[in-house]
Parts: sequence; C-alpha cells; structure tokens
Amino acid sequence: MSVQAIAATQEQATVIHPTWVRVTHWINALAILVMIGSGWQVYDASPLFAFTFPRSIALGQWLGGALLWHFAAMWVLVVNGLVYVTLGFATGRFRRKLYPIRPREVIADAKAALTFKLAHDDLSHYNAVQKLLYTGVILAGVVIVLSGLSIWKPVQFQELTALFGGYDFARYVHFFAMAAIVGFLVVHISLALLVPKSLRAMVAGK
Amino acid sequence: MRIRKLIPGVDANLLVKDAAKLMPDPVRRNFLRGAASLGALAFLTGCDIIDGDSAEDVLRKVSSFNDGAQGLLFSRTKLAPTFPESAITRPVPFNAYYSEDEAPVVDPATWRLAVSGLVDNKKPWTLDELHALPEVSQITRHVCVEGWSAIGSWQGASLGDFLKRIGADTRAKYVWFRCAEGYSNTIDMATALHPQTQMTFKYDNKLLPRAYGFPMKIRMPTKLGYKNPKYVVAMEVTNKDHGGYWENQGYNWFGGL
Repeated sequence: MSVQAIAATQEQATVIHPTWVRVTHWINALAILVMIGSGWQVYDASPLFAFTFPRSIALGQWLGGALLWHFAAMWVLVVNGLVYVTLGFATGRFRRKLYPIRPREVIADAKAALTFKLAHDDLSHYNAVQKLLYTGVILAGVVIVLSGLSIWKPVQFQELTALFGGYDFARYVHFFAMAAIVGFLVVHISLALLVPKSLRAMVAGK
Repeated sequence: MRIRKLIPGVDANLLVKDAAKLMPDPVRRNFLRGAASLGALAFLTGCDIIDGDSAEDVLRKVSSFNDGAQGLLFSRTKLAPTFPESAITRPVPFNAYYSEDEAPVVDPATWRLAVSGLVDNKKPWTLDELHALPEVSQITRHVCVEGWSAIGSWQGASLGDFLKRIGADTRAKYVWFRCAEGYSNTIDMATALHPQTQMTFKYDNKLLPRAYGFPMKIRMPTKLGYKNPKYVVAMEVTNKDHGGYWENQGYNWFGGL
C-alpha cells in the first residue's frame, strides 16, 4: 500500500459523517421544515383537534399557498429520502451505526443522558438512545410519506389508504407522524446545540 | 381577484365576497411574502428566489408539473371506493366561497344547459330532457381540499355517455364548466370520460337541493370538491384551458384524488 493510500485510509477513518450523509441531512432538514410549516397551515383549514397552529409559525399564508409549498417540498423530501435510505442500506451505514438496539443499553444510556453523565467522546459511535431515536425517526419518515400519499391519492392509491384505516383515519396517522418528528427535532436540535462538535461533524464531516 | 366571464344579472359583490376562513388577505399575490416560518427562512436564505413573486413562480411551475404527474397517475378504469347507504354522512356540509343563503336560485322552467365547443350537436338541454337520460347512482366520498371528507349519495347521468351522445370530440383536451354564480372549472378529458363522472340531478334519490347545486352539479369522486362544480349552466369541449375560480388563485389545477 502506498503512503498516499495509507494516508487516505487514515483520513477516511477520522470522517464521522461521509459527504452523502451530510448533503442528504441538510437537504432533508430544509424539506422537512417546509413540509411541517406548510402542513400546519393545511391542518388549520380543517383542524383535527381543538387547536390550530398560529399563522406566524405556519408557511404559505393561506391554504392554497401552503398546498403549493407542501406539494413542491414533497418531491425534495421523497427523492432525497430515497437516496438516503438506499445509501444507508447499500453502504452498510444503517447496520453499522444503528444496530443492534438492546433495550437494556437503551435504559442505561437514557438514565445516563438524563443525569448528564453520557459520554460524547467518540461521535462516530452512537449510544443506544441515539440508535433508537434515529431508527425511530427514519420509520416516522416512512410513515409520514406513505400516509401522506394515502391522503393525497385516496382513489388511485386506495389500497394504501385502506392500509392506513381509510381516508379520515390516515389524516390522524399523518398528524401523529408529524408530531413524532417534531418531538424528535426538539430533542435532536437541543442536543446538537449542547454538544456543538456534533453539529460541526454534520457540517464539516469530522 | 380574477373573476372570469361574469354573467348578466349576477351580483358581482357576491362573487368577490371571499371565503374569509380560507383567505386571510384579499391580496392573494402576497400569500408568500412575510411567511415567517422557520421553513421559509431556511428555504429562502441564500437562495435567489427570495423575492415573493419569483418564489410563487417556482411553486406554480411545480404545481403544473404536479398536474402532469397526476395525469399519469390517473387511471381511466380505477373506480373510487363506494359505500353502503349506512355510511352516508348526514348532513353533508354545504361548502362554497359564499354562505348558503347566497347560493344561486335557479328557475328550472327557464334554465337551459348550454353546450358549446368541439361538439356536433349544440342544442341547449332542458332539465326535463336531462332527467330523461339513463340514471346512474353512486355513494362515494367527497374530499374537500381543506381536508375534511363526507360520504354522499348522488344520482344523475354519465357525463361520458352524454359527451358521446352530443357528438363531442373526446380527443379534445378539456371540458370547461360555467356556473350560475360565475364559478368555473376546467377538467381533463380523461376524468370527464371516467365511468363515475356524473351529471348530477339528485342527492340521496331526491331532487338536488339548492345547497348542493340545483339544478345540476358535476360529481367526480376522482377529484377534490372544488373541481366538482354546482349550479352548472354551460359546458364547452375545448383544447384551451380556461382555468377555474380556485385554480386561478393557486389551488392545483388537476386536483385529483
């Protein structure tokens, strides 16, 4: 092995997030914020619960505007999401980083995290809570896309709509998937700000 | 707000009256500006589409692209799910950009359905003549663009059969509908010919009530509610897209389900 090759291997070993992870992460961040903001405005046109989202934090000004945003950002979310999931499996990153998830470790790491005793020395290794949350949010992403398709096309994709319990029920599934993602984002962004080098790793790679 | 083809004798104020619950401002072109959400900021920062008009341009282009995508997804033979009578929502809500007591009142004796464009027989139709057409019936889900849905029971004549009966050129791209209050709507020919697309004269086996579009609505269970015009007075078979009341304001043109 040449010196350059060894150097390249070592260089690679220090990279926490390869380029494709960083690029898809930030495209996804943008798309999901537009989807959530416009989705809130769409929700307000016919609320499922006894509350609406304040117009100041919703996107699109009115239902028609919000729908334009929602059905534009959906392509970005879905195409980018497919690239991410495909590469996640193909490169073995999902298997390496996210599995296995052992309940005992999740409990131990959750306790450590809540008492601020969790170590963050090695950012390339996910603790059990991270594994659980990252896997969970990927699954929530799959559910929100599929339930969204079932609401958008309850005739053409009626089998999918039936799978989500029919049109009306699918709206609730779509809403709760959003709520799960927003919940994840609160934790995710708070922790990224608490451990700034994790944010640096997602920008610069290391 | 753009209103197409006002018809004589119709109160223009009624047309301009907004669906206040849907449109916060009468200035529809402003609907993107000042969107203070995090998403908007993230999206617009550093992008050259920071100005609202070009952002709207981009979004409208994507919406046109989505029309094409939905046209490809649309199946000419796939039927919307149908339901038993017990599933009917009672009552199905009245919904329009005006209140129920402002809905058009049509005199059935003088009402005629005008037919124009790429058709052989342009003779206007009386209500009695239309009622004599073979009856079809459906219990299907009406889905509003706002998100709510209701299951209703509609009876009338197949629009596809009617178009063939009047010698319409079914290779034409669109069918355009004009309504008594000035509402209008253009649909794709594939949907016009869909087996469940109906010229509706009855609701729940009774004469169509005023609230639901007397004397005739076009019922398309494959399209969102705003693509289902009520109080229809004219239809044109055409290759020109005449747009529609909501579509011109930003709702998606295809509006397919």
